[in-house]
Amino acid sequence: MKGSIIIVSFFIAGVLLGRFVDIPAILTAEAPTLYVLYILMFLVGISIGSDKKALQALKQQNLKIVLVPLATVIGTLIGSALISFALSGRSITDCLAVGSGFGYYSLSSIFITQYKGAELGTIALVSNIMRELLALLAAPLLVRYFGKLAPISVGGATTADTTLPIITKFCGKEFVVISIVHGITVDLSVPFLVTFFCTI
Amino acid sequence: MGIVIGLMVGGIILGYLFRERNLKIIHKLINYAIFLLLFLLGITVGANGDIMNNLDTIGYDALFITLAAVTGSVLCAWGVYRFFFATSK
Repeated sequence: MKGSIIIVSFFIAGVLLGRFVDIPAILTAEAPTLYVLYILMFLVGISIGSDKKALQALKQQNLKIVLVPLATVIGTLIGSALISFALSGRSITDCLAVGSGFGYYSLSSIFITQYKGAELGTIALVSNIMRELLALLAAPLLVRYFGKLAPISVGGATTADTTLPIITKFCGKEFVVISIVHGITVDLSVPFLVTFFCTI
Repeated sequence: MGIVIGLMVGGIILGYLFRERNLKIIHKLINYAIFLLLFLLGITVGANGDIMNNLDTIGYDALFITLAAVTGSVLCAWGVYRFFFATSK
């Protein structure tokens, strides 16, 4: 939670600065941000490759476990695609790109800003923060009405870290491994799916 | 898109090769990069009158996309739970 607050503070500080101070255009130009994004992706790759927890979790997977992230991804994409028809001015790929953040708001909003502009990037930021909050706040209700996989599914890419404690509490210890594998798998899919929907 | 995926895959391979090293610095650098990029996104948003004047629309759109995405995934997860997880216990 502390991490999220710091990230949001940086964004809000930027908004205030941009609103009230004349910022030289070079700071927000595309090229420098793009290079930082490249560096970020390279670093994210290194952190995934060197993650021993991820490797172990993947090794002890049984096939059934794969269904959980699959359900999350498919369900999210169907929902996001359908809602695009109700929102004027948001194309189906816009909504799919935002949905593909799966709660990973920092990375997805950065990507979407790069490919689709700051407006959709902001929507992605807000939408994916909402998703994480929903997983944290609604976990007990979700378990009661939709079973123990529901909070994991809502948690999306965050279920290996920020929402893991709350999932452990309401779903029980036997869902911890599922939650971690789910989080890692969905997390991995974010950069691929977001760039895919931004570029088609 | 190709460059981004290529850099990430390159990073994964490198990270795997050096997985025994202490890579704490990587996580720090990732955080700094994210802070910087979201700060810059904030500046772009703040300086953009169109966005600042339409924050309500942006908020509603975000809310609707979230609810739709979450509803879809909850229903799928419910199905998977009932057919594959609930009975096996």
